[in-house]
Parts: sequence; C-alpha cells; structure tokens
Amino acid sequence: MALHFELVTPAKLVRSEDVHMVVVPGSEGEFGVLEGHAPFMSTIRDGAVQVYKTEGGQPEEIQVRGGFAEVGLNGLTVLAEHVEG
Amino acid sequence: MASLKELKGRINSVKSTQKITKAKQMVAAAKLRKAQAAAEAARPYASRLADVMASLASKVAGNDNAPLLLRGTGCSERHLLVVINTDKGLCGGLNSNIVRAALAKARALIADGKQVQFYLVGKKGRAPIRRAFPDAVIGQFDTSEVRNPGYEEGEKIAAELMGLFEAAKFDVAHLVYATFKSALAQDPTEQQIIPVPAPEAAAGDDSGAVVEYEPGEEEILTELLPRYLKTQLFGALLEIAASEQGASMTAMDNATRNAGDLIQKLTIQYNRSRQAAITTELVEIIAGAEAL
Repeated sequence: MALHFELVTPAKLVRSEDVHMVVVPGSEGEFGVLEGHAPFMSTIRDGAVQVYKTEGGQPEEIQVRGGFAEVGLNGLTVLAEHVEG
Repeated sequence: MASLKELKGRINSVKSTQKITKAKQMVAAAKLRKAQAAAEAARPYASRLADVMASLASKVAGNDNAPLLLRGTGCSERHLLVVINTDKGLCGGLNSNIVRAALAKARALIADGKQVQFYLVGKKGRAPIRRAFPDAVIGQFDTSEVRNPGYEEGEKIAAELMGLFEAAKFDVAHLVYATFKSALAQDPTEQQIIPVPAPEAAAGDDSGAVVEYEPGEEEILTELLPRYLKTQLFGALLEIAASEQGASMTAMDNATRNAGDLIQKLTIQYNRSRQAAITTELVEIIAGAEAL
C-alpha cells in the first residue's frame, strides 16, 4: 500500500521513494495522489509539494517551481524546473 | 651542432611545458568526472520529458491548431544552425570538428537552395564560422562568464531562440554539438530542435488507460514544448562540457608524452656533445704532453 513518488529536476533526481500520499499544487487546484490513482497529468504552479510518508503523519514540504506532474501505472512523477530545499 | 648551454636551455623549456600539460591533463581528468556525473544526473528528467512529449504529441499531431513550435511555420526555407562550441582551447580537434560538421551541414542546405543563418554558443566557433559565412551570424551567446554552463544558460538560450522564432527570423533550427562517447571519441552531432520533432512513442506502453489532462492537452503541450527545448539545450551544454574535458585530457596526455620523448632525445644529444667535448679536451692535453 504505497505510492511510488519521484521528483525530478533537470539537474538531478531529487527523490525516488515509496510514500503514502503526495499533495501536488496543480495549476487548477491542489490534488492528492494515493496509490492506484487513475492516469492523470497536470501542470503545476509554484508552491509546495507535500509528501506524507505515513498515513496521518506530518507532511514534508518541498518547494517547487515550474513543471508538471504525471500519474501513471508506476506512480507519481513530478518534473519540476527548480526545487528548493 | 648546438652548444651545450643552448641544449640545456631547450631541455629546461620542454620540461616546464611538460609540467603545464601534465597539470592541465590532471585538471581535465578531475573535471571530466564531474561533467560526466552531471550529464548522468540530467538523464532521468530528459527521458521522462521525452516520454510525456511522445504521448502528447501523438495525440495532437495533425491538428491544425497545434502549437507553433510543434507544427512549424509550414515552410522550410530559412534554416538556423545553433552551433555549440567550447570557450577554451587546448582540447585537440574538438572545436574544429564541430565547426567542420556545422559548415558541411550549411553547405548541404545552401546546395538545396535554402538560406542558412548561425547562432553561436561558446567562443571557439566564432572566428572560423565568421570567416566562412561573414554575414550569416545572427546572434551569439556567451558562456565564458559562468564556470559550469547549467540549466539557467539552457533557459536563456532557449528563450532567445524562441524569440527569434516568434519574430519569424527562421523556419527550422538545427543544433550542432558534440556528443561525449568516451575520452577518446566525441562525435559531432546535428539534430533538429525547431519545429520540435515528435519523439517516437514507446511501443507497448499503451495500457489502454485514458489519461486525464488538466487543464487540457494543448495547454499542457504549449507549456511543455519550451521546456523540452530548454532541456535539449541544457543536455547539449552538458555534452559539450564533458566532451571538452575528455578531449582536453586526451590532447594533454599526448602532449605530455611528446614532451617526454623530446626531453629524452635532447638529453641524449646533450650527453653526447658533452662527452665529445671532454674527449677533444683529453686528446689535446695528451698531444700537448707528448710534444714536450
């Protein structure tokens, strides 16, 4: 019961791990992705990606700028131009 | 026959040259490792982006209101060659190979009756291309102030190219750079970047699932195309950085070895002439003693 989450920037692969849930700041509103999400693609606006490692746990926030998120069969991939922290 | 003093001077000068080339070789080897790591780190992003592009482009392909960057201006009369060179020399034939590939491409296009213009990145390509096509250079980008050209430079170059494209200065753009194969081989490569060639969709990836797009496919594609262009330029900058260090390492290794050979030869010559001088002196002394 885990979602495979990858955060990639042009310079490097920032994250590649299994997490519980990720909340992504989509350009038309935030959306949370759990395991088994339907295939989906969205551009993202500048903001924080919240990573919930476990259910009910404290989210870890990663600031991203410019890019898009893709949900496929093998999990969630966030392609961001810049990542802070 | 050079005098002993002259020979000694030459040996010393070759020795200090060898020291310089050896230092440069070691620096290049260290930098090469870094450049290769950077090139490798950039790969996941590029490949993911290409995947997404492929799936989107195949959906929008053939559509009349597809973004301009994808379908082009509809004609292919004016070509722009974006030539990426290094800023520094001492890297063997790397830059001349790139320039040669660019000029060959330009001549082939001109032979087909097309117009050719150049956009130059890096210092080392400017002089030879200006010489061959004095009026065709419409822009250049200076990467010499930054130590390691990175994504920001890719972004700036892409922005300038898109500005030129929107101002209808050219119809098709090609990128000429060197791909890093190994420290011994860097291949000049030429690829089309504008209009963006639709990457081949990965076969067997079609899971049948309907992908939902937010906002819409075309909006995403319009955002994606400039990003794709930036990534390609960034990739080319990384390749050229790795190629530069690789070529430099090989060239400096050769130079160090040649200097070593030269030193050996000069040393032998030096020792021989010294011995000859000593022998002559001895013969003179003996002859003088016998005469008494």
